[in-house]
Amino acid sequence: MYLRRLLIALTSLMLCASPAFAVQTGVGQGGFVPVDSVPLADQLPAAPLLITAYAFVWIAVMVYLFSIWRRLNKVEADMRALAQKMPQR
Amino acid sequence: MKKAFGPLAALVGVMFVAAPFVVANAPYESTMGLVQKIFYFHVPSWFAMFTAIGICGVASLYHLFKNSPKADRLAEAAGELAVLFGLMGLVTGPLWGRKSWGVWWQWDAKLTIALLLEMTFISGILVRKYGGPGSDKLAAAVGIFGLAVTPFVYEAVNIWRTIHPLTSVVPTLSAAMAGPFWFCVSAFMLLLVVLLTLRVNLGARQAALDELYLAQED
Repeated sequence: MYLRRLLIALTSLMLCASPAFAVQTGVGQGGFVPVDSVPLADQLPAAPLLITAYAFVWIAVMVYLFSIWRRLNKVEADMRALAQKMPQR
Repeated sequence: MKKAFGPLAALVGVMFVAAPFVVANAPYESTMGLVQKIFYFHVPSWFAMFTAIGICGVASLYHLFKNSPKADRLAEAAGELAVLFGLMGLVTGPLWGRKSWGVWWQWDAKLTIALLLEMTFISGILVRKYGGPGSDKLAAAVGIFGLAVTPFVYEAVNIWRTIHPLTSVVPTLSAAMAGPFWFCVSAFMLLLVVLLTLRVNLGARQAALDELYLAQED
């Protein structure tokens, strides 16, 4: 009789406890794992990278053209200065 | 050439203004999406750099054996432009890589040799500027060395394991991508011609000035 009551009590406890196991969620994060690169979803959008690339090419060409123009102007100025000096000799 | 220069320069300007619109109409690549469109400026800049290196190398060889000031001026101009177009490739590449690889730079064979090639031609400019008498011959040797290294830069993706796209990408482009790509290649090649003409003219003027100085000393 005593054994039967104990068996019923244990079975009832198990049945009551089973939903608790059934709704278990994932284990909480116990630590952080470092990675070298940003996850793909958090990376920069493509448009600024694309615009920067195209803008850089334009800027590089403009800077180079300016450097040629500046060097050419200096050569021409030196030539004019030299030409002015030469007849005086 | 003088008559053709103005229209050619105007054509290059129009092509570079039109290029972003032409590229915008090209289809997206399936895995990389929008950022892959950097390809349309990135690869043509390397094509222009390799062409400039070819001109520099051949002119350098001619100058070394024939002692030609004209060839030296051409080599000097082409070497400078190799640096300019190489810089475009080295800047646009990491902008593309950041999105598609997740990193700005990777020390693999292709990228590392490309960087070394750029540094080779920067060293050529520095040799000319600070090398003193005979620096033109040293710079010519650097130009020839750069020309010898160039095939390795191109073939690196086929020789070594690398994350860089293979050389088979360009020949297998779909028609919708090939049109904008070759349009941009044409724009970069014409830009190279225009800048080379301007730079050679500058070299010729500098040589004329040096002649004037020498004449004044005599």
